Amino acid sequence: MEAPIRAREALGFILFSLLFSICRSSSLNHLLISNAERRIDLSSHIVKVYLTLKVENAGSTPTSEVFLSFPPTQVDHLATVEALVTKGKRKKTTLVRLDVKPTELPDAPNDAKYFAIYLENPLKSGESTTLEVLYLLTHSQEPFPAEIAQSESQLVYYRDSALILSPYHIKQQTTFIKTPSTKVESFTRVEPSNRAGTEIKYGPYEDHPPYSFSPILIHFENNSPFAVVEELVREVEISHWGNLQVTEQYTLVHAGARHKGVFSRVDFQSRPTLNGASSLRYLLARLPPRVHSVYYRDEIGNISSSHLRTDSRKSELEIEPRYPLFGGWKATFVIGYGLPLQDFLFETSDDRRYLNFTFGCPLLETVVDKLTIKVVLPEGSKDPSAVVPFPVEQHLETKYSYLDVVGRTVVVMEKKNLVPTHNSHFQVYYTFKPIFMLAEPLMLASAFFLFFVACVAYLHIDLSIRK
Amino acid sequence: MAAPETSTAAVPTLYTNNTLRNAFGGVLSFFILLLIGVLAFSIRLFSVIKYESVIHEFDPYFNYRVTQFLTKKGIYEFWNWFDDRTWYPLGRVIGGTVYPGLTLTAGTIWWLLNSLNIPLSVETVCVFTAPIFSAFASWATYLLTKEVKGAGAGLTAAVLLAMVPSYISRSVAGSYDNEAVAIFALIFTFYLYLKTLNTGSLFYATLNSLAYFYMVCSWGGYTFIINLIPMHVLLCIVTGRYSSRLYIAYAPLVVLGTLLAALVPVVGFNAVMTSEHFASFLVFIIIHVVAFVYHIKGILSPKMFKVAVTLVVTVGLAVCCAVIAVLIALVASSPTKGWSGRSLSLLDPTYASKYIPIIASVSEHQPPTWPSYFMDINVLAFLVPAGIIACFLPLSDASSFIVLYIATSVYFSGVMVRLMLVLAPAACITSGIALSEAFDVLTGSIKFQLPGVTSNAEVDAGETSSDTSEAQTDEVKAEKPDDTSKNRPSKKSKKKERELAENPPAKATAKAKAKAEKKRLLALPLEASVISLLLLVVLGAFYVVHSVWAAAEAYSAPSIVLTTRSRDGLHVFDDFREAYAWLSHNTDVNDKVASWWDYGYQTTAMANRTVIVDNNTWNNTHIATVGTAMSSPERAAWEIFHSLDVKYVLVVFGGLIGYPSDDINKFLWMVRIGGGVFPHIKEPDYLRDGQYRIDSQATPTMLNCLMYKLSYYRFVETDGKAYDRVRRTEIGKKYFKLTHFEEVFTTHHWMVRIYKLKPLKNRIRGKAKKSKSKTSSTSSSKRSGTKKKNPWL
Repeated sequence: MEAPIRAREALGFILFSLLFSICRSSSLNHLLISNAERRIDLSSHIVKVYLTLKVENAGSTPTSEVFLSFPPTQVDHLATVEALVTKGKRKKTTLVRLDVKPTELPDAPNDAKYFAIYLENPLKSGESTTLEVLYLLTHSQEPFPAEIAQSESQLVYYRDSALILSPYHIKQQTTFIKTPSTKVESFTRVEPSNRAGTEIKYGPYEDHPPYSFSPILIHFENNSPFAVVEELVREVEISHWGNLQVTEQYTLVHAGARHKGVFSRVDFQSRPTLNGASSLRYLLARLPPRVHSVYYRDEIGNISSSHLRTDSRKSELEIEPRYPLFGGWKATFVIGYGLPLQDFLFETSDDRRYLNFTFGCPLLETVVDKLTIKVVLPEGSKDPSAVVPFPVEQHLETKYSYLDVVGRTVVVMEKKNLVPTHNSHFQVYYTFKPIFMLAEPLMLASAFFLFFVACVAYLHIDLSIRK
Repeated sequence: MAAPETSTAAVPTLYTNNTLRNAFGGVLSFFILLLIGVLAFSIRLFSVIKYESVIHEFDPYFNYRVTQFLTKKGIYEFWNWFDDRTWYPLGRVIGGTVYPGLTLTAGTIWWLLNSLNIPLSVETVCVFTAPIFSAFASWATYLLTKEVKGAGAGLTAAVLLAMVPSYISRSVAGSYDNEAVAIFALIFTFYLYLKTLNTGSLFYATLNSLAYFYMVCSWGGYTFIINLIPMHVLLCIVTGRYSSRLYIAYAPLVVLGTLLAALVPVVGFNAVMTSEHFASFLVFIIIHVVAFVYHIKGILSPKMFKVAVTLVVTVGLAVCCAVIAVLIALVASSPTKGWSGRSLSLLDPTYASKYIPIIASVSEHQPPTWPSYFMDINVLAFLVPAGIIACFLPLSDASSFIVLYIATSVYFSGVMVRLMLVLAPAACITSGIALSEAFDVLTGSIKFQLPGVTSNAEVDAGETSSDTSEAQTDEVKAEKPDDTSKNRPSKKSKKKERELAENPPAKATAKAKAKAEKKRLLALPLEASVISLLLLVVLGAFYVVHSVWAAAEAYSAPSIVLTTRSRDGLHVFDDFREAYAWLSHNTDVNDKVASWWDYGYQTTAMANRTVIVDNNTWNNTHIATVGTAMSSPERAAWEIFHSLDVKYVLVVFGGLIGYPSDDINKFLWMVRIGGGVFPHIKEPDYLRDGQYRIDSQATPTMLNCLMYKLSYYRFVETDGKAYDRVRRTEIGKKYFKLTHFEEVFTTHHWMVRIYKLKPLKNRIRGKAKKSKSKTSSTSSSKRSGTKKKNPWL
């Protein structure tokens, strides 16, 4: 198995390096990477890649942009890219977060996609800096075989390159790949490469020109459940009477190897480690502290298998779907909870209010394919605007809830392909006059008043035709 | 409800004391009624508090699904709804076969709330429809009893009805079934009938037919109304109580009511063509004859009248014979041979178990046992006779109706457990009357004998307040016969009339004095009355305690989620929903699921999968086919299911946790129903010496049938012995393999097991034809003796 792969990879490598060396971009020439270390963590279904780059300016002009390049197949699965720079010397190092934005370069070979890292201070000629890059890939482990029976464990393919794809010349590079267990069926050898325990090491490789590429394929066991939320709709409803009501609708799917044939409960119950090792039994949701009236249900009623643990700093909700999810099985459910308003709603100096809430999905270790957040502002609020740390699609809607007349403004934000690192805060600003809070009570009071007046009137009027 | 109360309270009488008293009484009874409504609503919320806000049991799921369809697609789509997700491959015309009253009610409530921007889900509305309507029902009971015996009896009856266990069993929150609204409609129709009877007002008569229409929309039990009212009319005529009020109460009801009933698709022409309705037409003719006779009597001299009578009697006899002949012909030629199976089993309790196993198999169609009377109406059973006696003192048109109502409903409840529900309001009304009369007598005699109340004036005032009302009713009654020719007086003018009736104070006081004399003679000793009062209160308290217990413990379980209390706390068995959720998310939307018919409604509503049979047991053959498949050996069952395009088979199995109402316990019914249509299934084959058993003594047919295999497949691996906790025995055949089915899902506590039909095996090329003919010949030869009429093989 390994030999043909290696031959094919080698051919590919030659082709790629030829191609890339011909059409490398001249504008990027002046930077080079003196040392690169890459650690790929495959222990869950979200692939985490830590990249440490030592960037050196070999050109004559200072530059403040460093480009990362990704093959187009990876870009589709790229959930997030973050970059940090180490500041200070020796022991007093601090990490500073840098801006990362997707960009286009004019002469990108083979549709390679780029992200630009904007340095704080331009890198002067001859200087060097160390960048820490973290990027996460989702849906990048392909189950093979694609269908497994209940007692089989889940094997997956992971495809990448042994060499870091970069628009710059890399002097020295090493790649470490961490697999979830020691069970690795096969991996592409690109010498020098070796495997020890759960780690596969590629490199060190010396002096590779820009856009060097050497495809590798790792076939290994990954029994962590591939929890993917196909669609998540979070509705955050602000009530100025002191409550923040959150309703989250999940469509959960196990995206691992599809379950095939029999599901035997007796096997599943008596030998849980051997049978259904990759099944998804429970999920953990991390909710804000001081959460109250939590419910967990689906369209046919309450789901009784959940536990809530609360302490002063966080609340943890452990939920079990109605049935264990095997590969390809789906489940839908709703989680709802209330939160005290003062923890999340604040006032700005110019008399506006803003909601400060977490963006992503509260479930741990899950990928969200499509997330929609709806912030329902109280009736009568104006000028809504949302501030989100990453690009999202936004639009406004109107929703009618209890006894509304003009409807509530809803700020809708949509984003695709989310990972837990997206759980950062976003803000929605709006203006609201407290007098609107009294509208509904007054309306009810007047309705009852009119009703009683009508009753009194009816009792005192003689409606008979004949006296 | 309060309007009439307060209006009477507002009547300015000569005695200011009385005015205040009446006003106070009116306000008090208004608040009591309000509290009764709250009580009726809240006693039914135990299920929501102890479990959750969820639809219960089987039929409510169907109603819920229909309501969802109605709210989503609108009323016109609803009338035309042909449901292809049930009774596959036949389908079912839902719009034309369902009583739409409940669905339309809940749909309207939902629509109303949503148009007021109160975003309640359809499910929530459905869950709380029943408690809301039981509050309405208790108010209607108040009105009805007030027509019979006054406000005091009305309030007592309303309290009793608010918490009668029999009615609670069908109207707890979540029990979204026809009966929930139908009982209200039933009582309200009776109320309007009595109101019309008492007032002779055409307005109430029209309302009465509308209420009857609502009842027809809601429940098949409307035939009870359309038979009971004619019976009462006949009774009135026979006992010489015919009046024009009776005519007004009855004739519009029959004409309008029948026309309106025919508008409901599920009834349609049945309203004139089935024999359940013939009694009403017969009485309709009789009442006209009687009315005609009375009219003739009025305009002819006595001599002429005698001549006319002889003439009419001779002609009438001939006409009657002709009419009866026509009727018999109609009955014989009507599509359902006159009576439907369920109605026949009402008249002959043994009918169903003899001829229709599918009716007999439903536990609520069985005759009740004595404990179930005690469970469902409790102390009311003892109070009813007293109430009946009270109805005879004095016997009015209204109280004779109540007597008739209780007598017939006792009979019907004795036939079918389900009809205990019809008995409950009657029992409440009569017990209410009994209690209120008893309290009246006892408190009256205490008041009379208390040493503090010596001043005659006060006694008089107290007496007159109740007596004037009595005198009033007497007065009104006396007036009525000659009043009927007039139009109904308006509210105000009626008040004035009442005033007039009270105006001659001399008359009233004289009457009161006479009454007081009478009271003095009727008064009981003080101690006896105090003790019996206390005993009555204890009896009432016992009833309340029992009702609350019944509401909380006996009737609040939703039956789709079970709970048990063990040492380590509450344990929840949520297996049904686990299985339905699995089906709905992990099978193709067009897959067909076969199960016994009990789970049909739930499967369509919760899992949204097509089922072969469901709880609307309209096609016996289809159910028999499924029953046959379940009782056949694997191969034959596979063929039946395959011919029905079934992909999954669902069985309910309680052997692991001891859930008694599982498919193995229902299995004999499957055999019986299947055997009723396909004679090769014989019940004795499944019984060893007449006993149904699944242990090592069981018959081979039993141990090889599909139901046994699907239930106990790999059951032995759980504990090594395969001990069935329901049957309390080890099963007969422990190790076996399935060849044509494979297990695809079993719930956490094994309560629901879902199997998939394996596809046909690939055959080796060349041998295919030969082996096919061979297998078919062998299979046919094997079963040649038995295989007779099964069209699916």
